[in-house]
Amino acid sequence: MIEVQGVTHAIGPAAILRDIDLALPRGALTALIGPNGAGKSTLLRLIGRLEPLQRGRICVDGQDITRTPTADLARRLAILGQNTGIASRLRVRELVSFGRWPHCHGRPTPRDRSAVAAALQMFDLEPLADRFLDELSGGQAQRARVAMTVAQETDWLLLDEPLNNLDLAHARSLLAQVAAMAGQGGRGAVIVLHDINHAAAWADHVVALKHGRVHAQGPADAVLTERVLSELYETKLSVVQHAGRPLVLHHHAA
Amino acid sequence: MLWVLAGLLAVACTVWMFQGLGDTRRGFLLGLRGTRLAGLLILGTATGVATVLFQTIAANRILTPSMMGFDSLFGLVQVALVAAVGAGGLSTLDGVARFWLALGAMLVLALLLFAPLLGRGGRDVPRMILTGLILGVLFRSLAGFMTRVMDPNAFAVVQGLSAASLTRIDPAVLPWAGAITASSGIAALVLAPQLDVLALGRSSAVSLGLRVRAMTLGGLALVALMTAAGTAMAGSVAAGSPIGGSAAFFGLIAAGLARGLTGSVRHAALVPGAALSAALVMVIGQVVFERVLGLAGTLSVVIEFVGGLFFLYLLLKGRLR
Repeated sequence: MIEVQGVTHAIGPAAILRDIDLALPRGALTALIGPNGAGKSTLLRLIGRLEPLQRGRICVDGQDITRTPTADLARRLAILGQNTGIASRLRVRELVSFGRWPHCHGRPTPRDRSAVAAALQMFDLEPLADRFLDELSGGQAQRARVAMTVAQETDWLLLDEPLNNLDLAHARSLLAQVAAMAGQGGRGAVIVLHDINHAAAWADHVVALKHGRVHAQGPADAVLTERVLSELYETKLSVVQHAGRPLVLHHHAA
Repeated sequence: MLWVLAGLLAVACTVWMFQGLGDTRRGFLLGLRGTRLAGLLILGTATGVATVLFQTIAANRILTPSMMGFDSLFGLVQVALVAAVGAGGLSTLDGVARFWLALGAMLVLALLLFAPLLGRGGRDVPRMILTGLILGVLFRSLAGFMTRVMDPNAFAVVQGLSAASLTRIDPAVLPWAGAITASSGIAALVLAPQLDVLALGRSSAVSLGLRVRAMTLGGLALVALMTAAGTAMAGSVAAGSPIGGSAAFFGLIAAGLARGLTGSVRHAALVPGAALSAALVMVIGQVVFERVLGLAGTLSVVIEFVGGLFFLYLLLKGRLR
């Protein structure tokens, strides 16, 4: 369980997050949703210790992230930030192998190699394994970055808009893989999702942020309702059921 | 590739040592050339390795320590030391003591100034270059101001310091500069896997559990040490050019050659590659300069010309990250 208690964050004079209290369950895929500027990425980056915590407390499985050595945290929690343009002359396999760093510190064992091979296979990267990153399309490079994060084999996976640049087939397959991983063995995943319907299709647990506060949280069915979402985005929309899951129709005012 | 570079370097060193050696006064000439060769190798290695480390820390491939004002800072440190201790005090200090004093001050100042600047990741290239330009001008102006208000005796000491060059290496300082460069280079090699992780970018490095802040500070300390050791021994390759002197371009050439020749982004290859190619360029440059150009002009003109072209090439190719 990831516990967030009383987290407040400001960048300069702008308050990004105000008094956030959350409990993110294990064994579930949690989606962070909300309008632009709601503080989704900041919250994820705080949990993943990419930003220094200003106020409040965050515990991952009972361990305070500010007191746990970062090398230990790297074996429990992996975070993928939004695309930042990685050193280009790396091959895909090399990049994914960096995911094993917390375990092997640059001296890979057979166990590490098989984890890398599994991650490459999982994200359909085997044919690209020996290509350089700067020779890939945006979506292929994004899959390589996700594969690196997955190869870390942590209990917790935090992904910030992992579907950027992905075509619909790869987007669906990524979410399916992550949902399966989160479901089995009591691991957990927290994903910032831009497209509400990806959350509707795959999330078990949804946290909706608005203006830096928690607008709603709970099981997907409870949060993804017409009333909650219309308020969240201040836009009239409708929610229907499709294949046993909510489907949000928001593309047209009708 | 590294072995080829090492072989070339060995050939170049041999040529340098034995070129046009007459029958008379061999011992004297060899001793003189040996000192100069050691100076060239140390300065080259220090600049090459420092540049690669700096580029990794700054997450940027066109910045060099001297573009960001590292060697101007060291010049300022030296002038400030003379002003603070007084010409009398400083000239009673021997060269080695002065070297250590300047080195320590440089280390502290460089960490204080550059750690906050680079700690957040220097992806904003124009801002970094501008900051470097401004810092360089600031350090040089401060040093210039101090020399104007200090008394003439102290000024004479400063002149002696800033005229330090490859032709006037202080032999007492040489072994220390060599030891610092060698140990910093070895430290960089030992840290190579960590540097590889750092090169992935700050957020990936944090996610992988690297202690990014400690790594940045440690790397900057190595850069400061090597810059100071090289500059204290041989002076800046040239001072006065707006973007940090030709040492700026020299480091750029060395790092660029290392990346191009090794074709790798691994520091286990880049660090020795940069050291070897920088030393090679230095030695070849000096041979060409002395033998072909007959000592007309200065080595820095040659390096600045070639380095400037290379800089433009990098700019035009868009390899700016």
